[in-house]
Amino acid sequence: MADLRVSLAGIESPNPFWLASGPPTNTGDQVMRAFDAGWGGAVWKTIGAPIVNVSSRYSSVDLAGVRMMGLNNIELITDRPIEVNLRELALVKKRYPRHAVIASLMVESTREAWHDIVKRAEDAGADGHELNFGCPHGMSERGMGSAVGQVPDYTCQIVEWVKQVAQRPVIVKLTPNITDVRYPARAARRGGADAISLINTLNSITGVDLDTFTPRPDVGGRSSHGGYCGPAVKPIALNMVAEVAKDPEVELPVSGIGGIASWKDAVEFLLLGATTVQVCTAVMHYGFRIVEDLIDGLDAYLDEKGFRSVRELTGRAKPNVTRWEELDLNYQIIAHIDYDKCIGCGLCYLACNDGAHQSIAAEPEHGRTRVTILEDHCVGCNLCNLVCPVEGCITMRRVETGKPPMNWKDYQRQASGASGG
Amino acid sequence: MAEIRERFGELKPALTLQEAFAEASRCLFCFDAPCTRACPTHIDVPAFIKKIASGNLRGSARTIFSANVLGASCARVCPTEVLCEGACVMNDLHDRPIAIGRLQRHATDWAMARNLPLFAPKPMPPAPGSVAILGAGPAGLACAVELRLLGYRVVVFEASDKPGGLNTYGVAEYKMNQDCSLKEIDYVLERGVELRLRTRVGTDLSIAQLEQEFDAIFLGVGLGGVHRLGIPGEDLPGVIDALTFIADLKSHPADARPPGRRVAVVGGGNTAIDAVTQSIRLGAEEVYLIYRRGPEEMPAYQHEQALARRDGCCFLFQAAPVRVLGSGRVEALECVKMRLGPADASGRRTPVPISGSEFRLEVDAVVRATGQRPQEALFAHISKLERQGAGLRVDPQTMQTSNPRYFAGGDCANGGKEVVNAVAEGKRAALGIHRFLEGHRG
Repeated sequence: MADLRVSLAGIESPNPFWLASGPPTNTGDQVMRAFDAGWGGAVWKTIGAPIVNVSSRYSSVDLAGVRMMGLNNIELITDRPIEVNLRELALVKKRYPRHAVIASLMVESTREAWHDIVKRAEDAGADGHELNFGCPHGMSERGMGSAVGQVPDYTCQIVEWVKQVAQRPVIVKLTPNITDVRYPARAARRGGADAISLINTLNSITGVDLDTFTPRPDVGGRSSHGGYCGPAVKPIALNMVAEVAKDPEVELPVSGIGGIASWKDAVEFLLLGATTVQVCTAVMHYGFRIVEDLIDGLDAYLDEKGFRSVRELTGRAKPNVTRWEELDLNYQIIAHIDYDKCIGCGLCYLACNDGAHQSIAAEPEHGRTRVTILEDHCVGCNLCNLVCPVEGCITMRRVETGKPPMNWKDYQRQASGASGG
Repeated sequence: MAEIRERFGELKPALTLQEAFAEASRCLFCFDAPCTRACPTHIDVPAFIKKIASGNLRGSARTIFSANVLGASCARVCPTEVLCEGACVMNDLHDRPIAIGRLQRHATDWAMARNLPLFAPKPMPPAPGSVAILGAGPAGLACAVELRLLGYRVVVFEASDKPGGLNTYGVAEYKMNQDCSLKEIDYVLERGVELRLRTRVGTDLSIAQLEQEFDAIFLGVGLGGVHRLGIPGEDLPGVIDALTFIADLKSHPADARPPGRRVAVVGGGNTAIDAVTQSIRLGAEEVYLIYRRGPEEMPAYQHEQALARRDGCCFLFQAAPVRVLGSGRVEALECVKMRLGPADASGRRTPVPISGSEFRLEVDAVVRATGQRPQEALFAHISKLERQGAGLRVDPQTMQTSNPRYFAGGDCANGGKEVVNAVAEGKRAALGIHRFLEGHRG
């Protein structure tokens, strides 16, 4: 068994799997059950001045019968008093001293309010703080959450206030509802943050009721935009994690969040630079028990690849994420069809012919469709391989062009050299 | 009685909304889909399935009915195992095929339950012509509706007191009951087709009258009575034919009784299987199926044979009836064993009796399921009508017979196929008739 212990800016955890701040970490009882199930850490449901919630609060996007590919919520921070949350947090920390218990915090944007809440969280025993600068609905209308995260100067300012009193590590949780996530990340760094966590939820409307014309979730005939999460947002989260993890002006440890439902998702976040991962939607869907496979699958992967510690994974894929202009223009692949596997559905032909580069021919054969790759036309775009319902039927194969690697910059140099004469 | 009703429950019951959505979502939406090609009426299967998945059930039903006016019946009675579902690419993915028949039923039931008008006949007064349809079976109904949509005056003549032909009288009860067939016909005939029941052409109405009143005539009269066995004792009470047995059962399900306690069904087609399974479901204790060749040569579909086997039928292959024994009614059937000689014209091995191999089967009923005779009596009245095999010689494109004013489709033309073939041929004939009459006007 590989070593799964991690440390995020000094916050120790028996494994990299944390519960993200949200409904699964509403109460001490839930967090303790989660730790019993195997979770390594928990970021408490955001603590702040009590609010009032609406009913209903969640809505989702299903895909071809699979439920909750994406989940949207208009729930605010905790609706329980600060002292109740902190009392339960203290109890959890006392009973589970080796687990990571992080207080997610959000208060009005004054120095006094932040100083007060940070001190109280530390008194309760929190291992660290996560500043919620990401919540995109409700709280942002009151100048908190993403209203802070969307303005780098505010982010920097509040982090500075927090760091004036914080003894424990400070994680800044970023909103993805911004043009370039590196700017608030850099601001957090300037303010003295110890780590970055991302992404918070994306502004969303999941759908509109076609009979009542009310967007979901319906609150008495009206709705409001919410925050989108779940498997649907994973690609956005992976990109933002990579952007922050690679940025030389940030250089902070990262806790990855966004659509993580399996150990494979988690490994991807780690490879792109995360030290821990946080999970919420998958737990809201299937319960705390999913951590068993998260741990088991990660462990098997580490063993199979010969890694002794999960810490060896962090950032391994970072060097392979580059700017487009660094990519080799002379690298060429084309599609290859294994006719023993082909079931003759013709989807690759349709996709290529209508939706891509007209490089597949089709003709009827024995009541099915026989497709042929037009190798001279194939640009190696992958689309046929993506739509093919049969695993391993269409593979993309390397073609030797005989040309040395050449990226866009080389190409431009050559072009200007040629024309410049 | 309740137990028997249960045994006649549908083999493939309706899907719930959620089941239908889940099943529809499995469909790959193939290009030039094999299922559509395999369907004689070429229903655009991926299109109607995607419409179920998208929640557009009206559009789904319209896609189905526009290709096949008996889409609801065909959803139930088609041998989908060898047609659309047999062609489904999912079979090659080591997965079960999409349940196309049940999805088709889902969409068509939905539209019929709401009595949604899906099509309107072209307002084309005056009618471009008039056509007599002989037989209100699947071929005749399909032809009638298509012609009606093209604006023709259409009159359907039917000898029975209910329309639908074998769809109403000849489908095993666990596939579709009579009520279902009649409801669909009601739905289809909303389109202004005139139906004259209990009218037998040749008796109640002469061919000459028809030819005088109508511009063209479509023959969709099906086949005639079941072939006789041609053995001694065949007229003893207790010997019945399979079609009469099934028709009686469907017309009076409450009074239905098995043909006997021990039943011998003679024949190897799908009707023989129907007679077997219905007898068992009605409570017969022992049911034998007697077929002169082996299981490979049997015309009944594999899945139909499997059904009879599951029901507990005893198959007697390479055996043929020699005489029916009994004083006053059937007491036993004497059979002879057969050996299989060289292949005949049909490519199947010829059965030859083995002398001295006679054996006695103690049964109290014998059911003939030995195929149907052509409608010779009617055809004899029509001039220049050429036969081909068990059916009529027709142009496969237009379904026109050797007598240019006559078109034909369904069992009377093809010698006996599926409901869906009859619908396809009726539809094709309608277009053939349209072209023929346009030519005459033009």
